[in-house]
Amino acid sequence: MNKLLQWVDERLPVVDAWNNHLAKYYAPKNFNVWYFFGSLAMLVLVNQLVTGIWLTMSYNPSAEGAFASVEYIMRDVQWGWLLRYLHSTGASAFFIVVYLHMFRGLLYGSYQKPRELIWLFGMMIYLVLMAEAFMGYLLPWGQMSYWGAQVIVNLFGAIPVIGDDLSLWIRGDYLISGVTLNRFFALHVVALPIVLLGLVVLHILALHEVGSNNPDGIDIKKNLDENGIPKDGIPFHPYYSVHDLVGVAVFFFIFFVVVFYFPEMGGMFLEKPNFEPANSLKTPEHIAPVWYFTPFYAMLRAVTIDLFGLPAKFWGVVVMGGAIAILFVLPWLDRSPVRSIRYKGWLSRIALAVFAVSFIILGYLGMVPTTAGRTTVAQILTVLYFLYFLLMPFYTRIEKTKPVPERVTG
Amino acid sequence: MKKLLFSLFIAILPAFALASGGGALDHIDTDHTNKESLQRGVALFTNYCAGCHSTEYARYKRVAEDLKIPLNLYEENLIFTGARIGELMLNSMDKAAAANWFGAPPPDLTLETRLRGESWVYSYLRGFYKDDSRPLGVNNVVFPSVGMPHVMVNLQGLCAVEPRIGVSPSVEPLSGNINNADVCPEYAIEGSMSSEEFDAAMYDLTNFLSYMGDPVKVERERLGIFVLIFVAIFFIFAYLLNREYWKDVH
Repeated sequence: MNKLLQWVDERLPVVDAWNNHLAKYYAPKNFNVWYFFGSLAMLVLVNQLVTGIWLTMSYNPSAEGAFASVEYIMRDVQWGWLLRYLHSTGASAFFIVVYLHMFRGLLYGSYQKPRELIWLFGMMIYLVLMAEAFMGYLLPWGQMSYWGAQVIVNLFGAIPVIGDDLSLWIRGDYLISGVTLNRFFALHVVALPIVLLGLVVLHILALHEVGSNNPDGIDIKKNLDENGIPKDGIPFHPYYSVHDLVGVAVFFFIFFVVVFYFPEMGGMFLEKPNFEPANSLKTPEHIAPVWYFTPFYAMLRAVTIDLFGLPAKFWGVVVMGGAIAILFVLPWLDRSPVRSIRYKGWLSRIALAVFAVSFIILGYLGMVPTTAGRTTVAQILTVLYFLYFLLMPFYTRIEKTKPVPERVTG
Repeated sequence: MKKLLFSLFIAILPAFALASGGGALDHIDTDHTNKESLQRGVALFTNYCAGCHSTEYARYKRVAEDLKIPLNLYEENLIFTGARIGELMLNSMDKAAAANWFGAPPPDLTLETRLRGESWVYSYLRGFYKDDSRPLGVNNVVFPSVGMPHVMVNLQGLCAVEPRIGVSPSVEPLSGNINNADVCPEYAIEGSMSSEEFDAAMYDLTNFLSYMGDPVKVERERLGIFVLIFVAIFFIFAYLLNREYWKDVH
């Protein structure tokens, strides 16, 4: 066995890779629960890939056969129902885990220098994940799949001059049709997963180059022992691998409760209109995207004013796109001398709390039909969402921060 | 972490309440383990519904096996189209002709309870009443201007007024009379079943349709217990392993 390892190692640096990324990758020893969600995101990604491969074996990507093939998977394929529910629940779980993972970044300033690239790769993962989820949602070819895709692709039509041609180009047809289904299928199962995996590798390589942040937001590499090992660091393997196993167990418990007992999650994970096959002649009375897109959908609908001769719909698309784009520049908006919320001032804490609450309420507003009152609330919350970012250069600079300890705490 | 996820669930909870909106319905809880009810349901479905409504994603054989009906009995008594027992539950109604007769072709019912909900189906089945302004002479309180005739009129009879759906019975405190016990206070045509008998029959039919929408539910919920027990035991070992490794880290 040792000889084999030696043989391989002379030709491929497996021992180096193992040491650099696991056995001698020193992570801060003060990780708290927020630090479970990175490895959990990886776990859910693997779940999506594996169940996805098996679903592809029985799925029929055609307008005529897609809906029936999903029911075929649910009824006639051995364990098909389990594969499908693992995949559909996994999609929502992915976003829950990723949102919590991103919130962790906001809490402890994990995007700050020198981790800007990690944040950027992470944001690209998030963007690709949204595309992946959106295209995957068309595949069951139910009513909500169809009309959701119709609404979202039509958004591109709001862009002046090129809009209509652009949405036509995306659909490949004048309305969502089998052509669209086929290309979304190709992108969902081949193109985007490849991009996603590449970005995950970059995300982790960039992380391991500079090292993990921690709840105190201090640089553990400043305090090295005589061997050059961070005093507050601990080898990722075995310490965090066994630690993450506990997180995996807790996650799986909740995940399987949903998979086995609430696979529809009351219409949140599998929307009711999607139990009816797509029908281009019958519009559902209420079209809502799946919950993980609803905060942005609420922002889109919140814009009701025509401006500079361009329709409100266009500005809605701009606001929605801006809400995601502004996340990319976050590392350059935060001017605070400290990373962690533990040592930032009250302004940062209030701003983050307001931001998080706004995002959740926007998510709710995006699910329900609009009323005048709700639109007003959505408008206020959209402004608050953007203010978190736009005012960040100011409130992070003027507030009084607490002194950061030399070594990690608790 | 549990706490976090829990608070997340709480945050999205209002959406559940809204998802179940709509008009007043009579609420029922289905029970897929009640095989007698499901067997009565499939008999009703085959005799009254399957002529027009397909359940084209399900197979006869699976239904027979899940409902503990011997295959030969099922084939002899519950397949009218000459289909083999392993086939999908299609029917012979021409969709284009049906659209002509009823305004829209009768929808496939395999997933009806998952689309509209069990209580909706149960209420709808009991919601027909006489309305001469409609082409077929009947209307439905749950589905106004419905294109479907009242197929089970010989069982329920035809209600002369709008049935009381979503109205719970109440007892008058002084006289002890029960109000609103029956869904229909006055019949234009008498049926062969009493009001309670018809309610029970529609419960069985809805229960069967609910089973059709989610045939694996009983098995899924049975398996889920074992999976969760496994994960719980795994958690204990993971927790102890983690504690063992970390006890020396300060």
